[in-house]
Amino acid sequence: MLATDSLTLGYDGPNILDQLSITLPAGQITALIGPNGCGKSTLLRGLARLIKPKHGAVVLDGHDVQRIPTRQLATQLGILPQNPVAPEGLTVRELVAQGRYPHQRWFQQWSAADETAVRSALEITNMVELADRAVDALSGGQRQRAWIAMTLAQETDIILLDEPTTFLDLAHQVEVLQLLEQLNRQSSRTIVMVVHDLNHATRHADHVIALRAGVVQAAGAPRDVITPSLLRAVFGIEAEVIPDPRTGVPLCIPYGLCAAEPTDSLLHADAVGSRA
Amino acid sequence: MKTFPWITVRPKHARFSLRIDRRLPKVGLIVGLLVLVIMIVNMGVGEYEISPFDVVKTLLGMETGDPQHVLIVRTLRLPRMLLSALVGLALGTSGALLQGLTRNPLADPSIMGINTGAGLVAVVLTILVRNFPARWIPVAAFAGALVAAGLMYVLAWRKGGDSPMRLILIGVGLSAVGSAVTTLVITIGNIYDVQRAMIWLTGSVYGRSWVDFWAFAPWVAIAVPLAWFQARQLNSLHLGEDVALGLGVNVGRQRAWILFVAVALAGASVAVAGVISFVGLIAPHVARRLVGTDHTGLVPTAGMLGALLLVASDWIGRTIAAPNEIPCGLVTAVIGVPFFLTMLYQHAKTK
Repeated sequence: MLATDSLTLGYDGPNILDQLSITLPAGQITALIGPNGCGKSTLLRGLARLIKPKHGAVVLDGHDVQRIPTRQLATQLGILPQNPVAPEGLTVRELVAQGRYPHQRWFQQWSAADETAVRSALEITNMVELADRAVDALSGGQRQRAWIAMTLAQETDIILLDEPTTFLDLAHQVEVLQLLEQLNRQSSRTIVMVVHDLNHATRHADHVIALRAGVVQAAGAPRDVITPSLLRAVFGIEAEVIPDPRTGVPLCIPYGLCAAEPTDSLLHADAVGSRA
Repeated sequence: MKTFPWITVRPKHARFSLRIDRRLPKVGLIVGLLVLVIMIVNMGVGEYEISPFDVVKTLLGMETGDPQHVLIVRTLRLPRMLLSALVGLALGTSGALLQGLTRNPLADPSIMGINTGAGLVAVVLTILVRNFPARWIPVAAFAGALVAAGLMYVLAWRKGGDSPMRLILIGVGLSAVGSAVTTLVITIGNIYDVQRAMIWLTGSVYGRSWVDFWAFAPWVAIAVPLAWFQARQLNSLHLGEDVALGLGVNVGRQRAWILFVAVALAGASVAVAGVISFVGLIAPHVARRLVGTDHTGLVPTAGMLGALLLVASDWIGRTIAAPNEIPCGLVTAVIGVPFFLTMLYQHAKTK
């Protein structure tokens, strides 16, 4: 299980997250939501040890991740950063094969297990047909699937994704989210993702953590968490929350900004966390 | 489903597996043969002409009927040819490492200021220090390369993260400063010292002997295999800092180590043959066309192409204006400058 223990994160300026203690339920899909600059991407990067904590720790199964050798950690936890760029001409198959890096050594460069993992990652993500195409020649959705396949080939129990659906059109957004849901349901992987679209969070996540200015405003099942008052507090918007006609999960329909106060502090939060 | 683009060596009952780029054996064989042929032809040309057949015979220890051949081929010309191949190998490998490391196809030991640092130190010591022992100049040049690379690392990486363009700009800037100081020192030096110093600035393998060869060969024998072993790490680094970290690469340590290997190769080359530009730029670029972006194939191929390029440049330099000899460093520069400008133009256009 992945958790943080009074985690403080920041770059050169003021801290972006201060003394944050959260738990990410194992085997579930967790969505991190919040306005721009709230620290959700920073939190995800911190969870993946891409940023060193200033204080506190990220804890995986009782161990501080900073103390786990980075390569060993990479067999337990995978991260797909926002908008990764593949080198020119690299094929999908070559990219996905790179996900095997933490399982390899100089004397163990391509084991049978590597081959099986790459094949199955290509199959699950439906990329077999495109495996020999260059990644930079693919459409946005296909490219994102290729990167997800690379993360899958890493065979980790926990997968972290930073805005996996940004810049994708609607069909590709649905495709990626369904793929993540399938991975979670079929092999009970823990998935943590930063998402912008609230309705994606409510529809596909089991657990939602809402952040504002580095502070957790609410955490729990979408049904319990997503309420008009939370949306006001977190995003500074007036919104109607109605049950989704098909699934009953909360559905948000924003229709305006709140009065002055939250908007001001929202701007402040943006300025403080502009690097997040 | 098509198969993976590499040959796998995986004995059944051993916990051992190797991955070799599928295109590498063929490319390696062709380039290796070309290098061999050019070296043989090149060993025949010069003031004392020898037919390629006689060169081969002499190398194999057979009688050719001319007792001079043994001295000319085996003592005078062979070490030079082998040295030029090794220097090319070192520069091509170094360039492939630097381009992979910076994720920039324009990176190269000369563009990144490494060669300039080595050349500057050699020139300053030759001209400004009275009676500096000549045999310590290679060591000093090597140190100069390390210092230049260290400066680059501090200026470009400590603060800026992994911005490839920043690295190149700082390298070009450092090179310009280095060249300016070098020129300054040359203008105030006396003619005799300047002439000795110039040897370092226009790379050449002229007159190199077995002593030079054996001083250089260990560097290549150690550093080039080390470079090959870094290929998988380079592949990961090539996906960007965050992805590499996520894959379990110790990014900071790997970068410093790869940079060190690249600088060791480039610095040792300058120490033995002076500043030879653009081999480290051209070889990896052509290698990418031949074997693709995977560094397990790219790094060895770039090394072999570097050898080919330098061996061919030396041959051109020895024949094009015979009986005069043009230093091979000048030939690579003549080939390299238009190549660099074309690439720069294409790079700017795609941006």
